[in-house]
Amino acid sequence: MMGAVAAAVLVSMALAIFRSIKGPTVYDRILAVNAFGTLTVVLISVHGFLSGRPEFLDLALVYALINFIATIAVSKYVEFSHMGRPSGGDELGDI
Amino acid sequence: MALVLDIVSWGLLGVGAVMMIIGAIGMIRLPDVFARMHGAGIIDTLGLGAIMAGLMIQGGLSIVTVKLGLIVLFVLFTGPTATHALARAALHGGVNPQIDEPDTGVEDKDQGNVSSKT
Amino acid sequence: MGFMVVIGIAVARLRNLFAVVMLTGIFSLTAAVLYVVLDAVDVAFTEAAVGAGISTVLMLGTLALTTSEEKAHESGSHPWALMLVVVTGMALVYGTLDMPPYGDPTAAIHHHVAPYYLEKSFGHTGLPNVVTSILASYRGYDTLGEVFVIFTAAAGVLLIIGRAKFGRRRTVRLAPGELRDSMRQNVILRVVSKLLIPVILLFAFYVQWHGDFGPGGGFQAGVIFAAGFILYTLIFDIDTARTMISPRITRLGLAAGVLLYTLVGVASMLKGGTFLDYSVLADTQVKGQHLGILLVELGVGITVASAMVSIFFTFAGQER
Repeated sequence: MMGAVAAAVLVSMALAIFRSIKGPTVYDRILAVNAFGTLTVVLISVHGFLSGRPEFLDLALVYALINFIATIAVSKYVEFSHMGRPSGGDELGDI
Repeated sequence: MALVLDIVSWGLLGVGAVMMIIGAIGMIRLPDVFARMHGAGIIDTLGLGAIMAGLMIQGGLSIVTVKLGLIVLFVLFTGPTATHALARAALHGGVNPQIDEPDTGVEDKDQGNVSSKT
Repeated sequence: MGFMVVIGIAVARLRNLFAVVMLTGIFSLTAAVLYVVLDAVDVAFTEAAVGAGISTVLMLGTLALTTSEEKAHESGSHPWALMLVVVTGMALVYGTLDMPPYGDPTAAIHHHVAPYYLEKSFGHTGLPNVVTSILASYRGYDTLGEVFVIFTAAAGVLLIIGRAKFGRRRTVRLAPGELRDSMRQNVILRVVSKLLIPVILLFAFYVQWHGDFGPGGGFQAGVIFAAGFILYTLIFDIDTARTMISPRITRLGLAAGVLLYTLVGVASMLKGGTFLDYSVLADTQVKGQHLGILLVELGVGITVASAMVSIFFTFAGQER
């Protein structure tokens, strides 16, 4: 059963990668990376359970954190084209 | 009692796995970037939440359950926030959401019943 | 691993640099999952924190200063270069054929070095986490070099693009009310960050001290600690963040961590042992090892956190 769950997560990861390579706008790609990060959290937790090592959960928490920070950083970058200082918003992230 | 807990936990794991796939398919097939955020949101909340809940029931009362609960809490807080920031950035960047045109059925009725007016 | 191949090919072929940065993030995540599957949790920890998070953020900072499309290659194909690469690749593969199969229990490394560490580590140091004991105690000199490398990297970045050049003052200054207006739009992000940042810093402390028993240690804790401050800088203005953690503090932190590590080594020399021999630091060997590893990891954490924060500030504070 856990194997089926892990397989489902892997399938979802493949779909997310597809969206990240294809996504016409940049926001699709950011979204795909964010979803991939969440899927990684799930995969690590499930794998930790499968192999009987609960220390992996610290790792999953760090992933969730880093995923969040990276998404916010990228969104800020694309919105303002810098990362700390608003520049008037005229630089559109239309890549 | 243990059997009931087992069944509940397998059920939650199954629901979570199905939600993940549904969310991922949604990300592929939905037409617009804003619509795709819904798919990612499903993965974040229902997918992760159900799977973690299933694992928590499997883990019983131990530090593992507490850590899993912390992960769920954290992702529940940060997932929608990240999507919000992304949506703001997308709106700011000029991506227009795809909106369906409302039905304009008024003119059709007029065309069909012209003769009754005279 | 198939994922990594696909991503690698896509990274090389896509010319849109932003997409490349995103894909590199995913690549780091898959690498970290691979490490988890291979049961190397500490490495996965560091790969997650550094590769998926900080590297993406820093590469974006670089993108902000350069163009976002890669230049097309004008010249034609280079048959000689291709052949050289293929020959080298084949030579490398041929070299690995000589190595024992993956996971082979009769491989040499599994007989002498690894069992020694695995058996003796708890007796010598009293720590369950063998990785930490190897990193901080058995190979402590190596780790000292690594900390120096981090310090040098941060110092290099600060030297090269740290200060504004003469006469290049920042011309974009916010109007008095503008900051407040633009910040007011960000209510959700601000509230959530204010809730999360203390938790993140607390988690960094947990990872630092818990590194003796579970995965973690100085490097990972430093990165997480820096991530908290990076989040603060992203949501609020960089000026606000800089008043909170001024360049002096980061410079002090950079040096203090390395100094702490070296001082521990010197202290053990003064007490009669060799450099970085923690056993002489306290009454019993185990207590001395504990104390030494604790202080050394603390030094690593301080330097790593300061380095990450200062590099991020340097990148983020650049004008286009």
